[in-house]
Amino acid sequence: MSLDTAPRLDADALLDDPQTRIVVCCGAGGVGKTTTAAALGVRAAERGRRVVVLTIDPAKRLAQSMGIDALDNSPRQVEGIEGPGELYAMMLDMKRTFDEIVEAHAEGDRARAILENPFYQSLSAGFAGTQEYMAMEKLGQLRARDSWDLIIVDTPPSRSALDFLDAPKRLGSFLDGRFIRLLTAPAKAGGRAGMKFLNVGMSMMTGTLGKLLGASLLRDVQTFVAAMDTLFGGFRTRAEATYRLLQAPGTAFLVVATPERDALREAAYFVERLEADRMPLAGLVLNRVHESGAAQLSAERALAAAETLDERGVDDAGSGAKSAGAAGTDTASTGGTDTADTTGGTGGTDSTGTEGAAALLRLHAERMQVLAHERRTRDRFAALHPEVPVTQVTALPGDVHDLAGLRDVAELLTAQEAPGA
Amino acid sequence: MSGLQRLHVVTGKGGTGKTTVAAALALALAADGRRTLLVEVEGRQGIAQLFETEPLPYEERRIASAPGGGDVFALAIDAEQALLDYLQMFYRMGSAGRALRRLGAIDFVTTIAPGLRDVLLTGKACEAARRQDKHGRHVYDAVVMDAPPTGRITRFLGVNAEVAGLAKAGPIHNHARSVMRVLTSARTAVHLVTLLEDMPVQETVDGVAELREAGLQVGAAVVNMVRPALMDEAELERAAADPAALAAALSAAGLGGASRGARAERLVAPLLRQAREHTERLALERTQRAALARLELPQYELPLLTEGVDLAGLYRLSGELGKQWPL
Repeated sequence: MSLDTAPRLDADALLDDPQTRIVVCCGAGGVGKTTTAAALGVRAAERGRRVVVLTIDPAKRLAQSMGIDALDNSPRQVEGIEGPGELYAMMLDMKRTFDEIVEAHAEGDRARAILENPFYQSLSAGFAGTQEYMAMEKLGQLRARDSWDLIIVDTPPSRSALDFLDAPKRLGSFLDGRFIRLLTAPAKAGGRAGMKFLNVGMSMMTGTLGKLLGASLLRDVQTFVAAMDTLFGGFRTRAEATYRLLQAPGTAFLVVATPERDALREAAYFVERLEADRMPLAGLVLNRVHESGAAQLSAERALAAAETLDERGVDDAGSGAKSAGAAGTDTASTGGTDTADTTGGTGGTDSTGTEGAAALLRLHAERMQVLAHERRTRDRFAALHPEVPVTQVTALPGDVHDLAGLRDVAELLTAQEAPGA
Repeated sequence: MSGLQRLHVVTGKGGTGKTTVAAALALALAADGRRTLLVEVEGRQGIAQLFETEPLPYEERRIASAPGGGDVFALAIDAEQALLDYLQMFYRMGSAGRALRRLGAIDFVTTIAPGLRDVLLTGKACEAARRQDKHGRHVYDAVVMDAPPTGRITRFLGVNAEVAGLAKAGPIHNHARSVMRVLTSARTAVHLVTLLEDMPVQETVDGVAELREAGLQVGAAVVNMVRPALMDEAELERAAADPAALAAALSAAGLGGASRGARAERLVAPLLRQAREHTERLALERTQRAALARLELPQYELPLLTEGVDLAGLYRLSGELGKQWPL
């Protein structure tokens, strides 16, 4: 099974389908998730949909290209869309998202107590994990507003690309944990029977924890947990709803990768995980694939030819004035079946042509080696997951930082012919 | 080697190969009979994959020998285990630790209060870097940490200061402060891995500024996956000026006929297109090199291994680092 036989991902069909309401781009760090999400957003909008792209941590220039370099945590319309649809984009501000939840669900004094709690401040400002919760929260909010018919989400650069899937579950198990119940026990424990046990547990806990964390931190944590108690419930409910939303038919996951071993290993892992969680996978976007317009010439053949030319170059330098004549003779004798062609050409090579051709051949050999490596890596993935539809995006020499660039990427993404085929 | 035991923290944007560079550095530091510890903190088992071994347990085990007879040990640090270790080591709270775990407190501390989690991870690495045997000799000559990516590194390392501020007294406070002292000392250096591309370089530049502001020592910039410069603009222009001569030369090298439409002639346009992409990339790389040079850091370069990095490739990279880097 090789990539050439893998089904081709029809990204336009996916974007055009009114049933598609959420597209999640996931994959390892550094594979172009954000660019892919943005390019798909431009494409979908120009084909008539009302789209919002939620990015997590875009590169500065990419954010500028969409006009969302200012952080205000709400979607802004992107100017310059050519087509019937509309594109909005936003960058997640996790602290602000967290603050807004607090403000929306707790009254004045209580909200202020939470917002001023040092434990809360530290947690909301971005310890690992918070970003995943907040990305899920924001996705849920955008979906609930129902102002867009397509939401495209870029996932956080997690330690493991799967963290955001686990966010609701982790939050749930944390909230259901006995520890939290102990911390909040004084507020909650009503029954007399439970009271005694909880108090014993509580004093042991506070004793040990106080010793460990210092009494003031423990007090901050307790205040925080008690204040957040009601909020947490709603938080969990929403996180679970978002999780279910991700399993629903209107959602499509795109796994993004580059033809590198690590990125594709992560992609394979992701494919398996999505299957296990019954999340709908639409396909694999393979970014930065190299191609060659002269793929019929192998690396070995190109290198051998470059060496032949090197030897000629040395001869040329040695034989001086004779070189033109010598080149003519050589050409005729090595041209083989193409002799007629050759002599009908320019009639000889100069040393610039020889040196230039040798350099071009070396470059080509390097390119072909890259191609061969990428092909092997891709084929390994295709062998493991032959059912996953794939689309490839050719490597561009520079970074994308404007709408035109995003449009080009989208063009490659949605092309129905494999590049170079 | 400067004589100081050092903790080398290796970070980089995702996709730049920081795990590979960390491993190559650990190998290079272990050369000639030394002993290093390579630690990972993100639970990705990247080290095991790189060294083609079984997943690493929470245990320091030897995974490779270095050229000239040194040893590389590896450890995948797990925050929960590190906390239990820590409770046991400092407070002999083994059983209390288990009770805390049953109550979900360990989960609490390592998950929802991930600041404490990061303290535990960096704390374990610092402990290994400082550990001495009963003769007062350091157990490891160096510890190399495959750290979180550039976007999170300052926070990851600086979290100790934050946690020390949160827990205003008590053992966690003291622990966080002592870890911070090691991290900000001259014995610790943060190295940044980058590619010669816009985004990784920008992140490196931002990362260096943040690290310096946080009082952390920046060590070196390692430029990874450098591709050879096979043709420059001048050469390309000279060659492109005479396509007929190129066709003739290709033909002379046995690649078919040189006349219009013949095999060698048809190669000229695609080969020139590739060369243009190449020189375009070189031009972009020059801009990136200039941006890196402004950081005034020692800079080391590792070649792109077209075949991907296997164990043999890793040793090759470690040799390259050893040649350039005064370790």
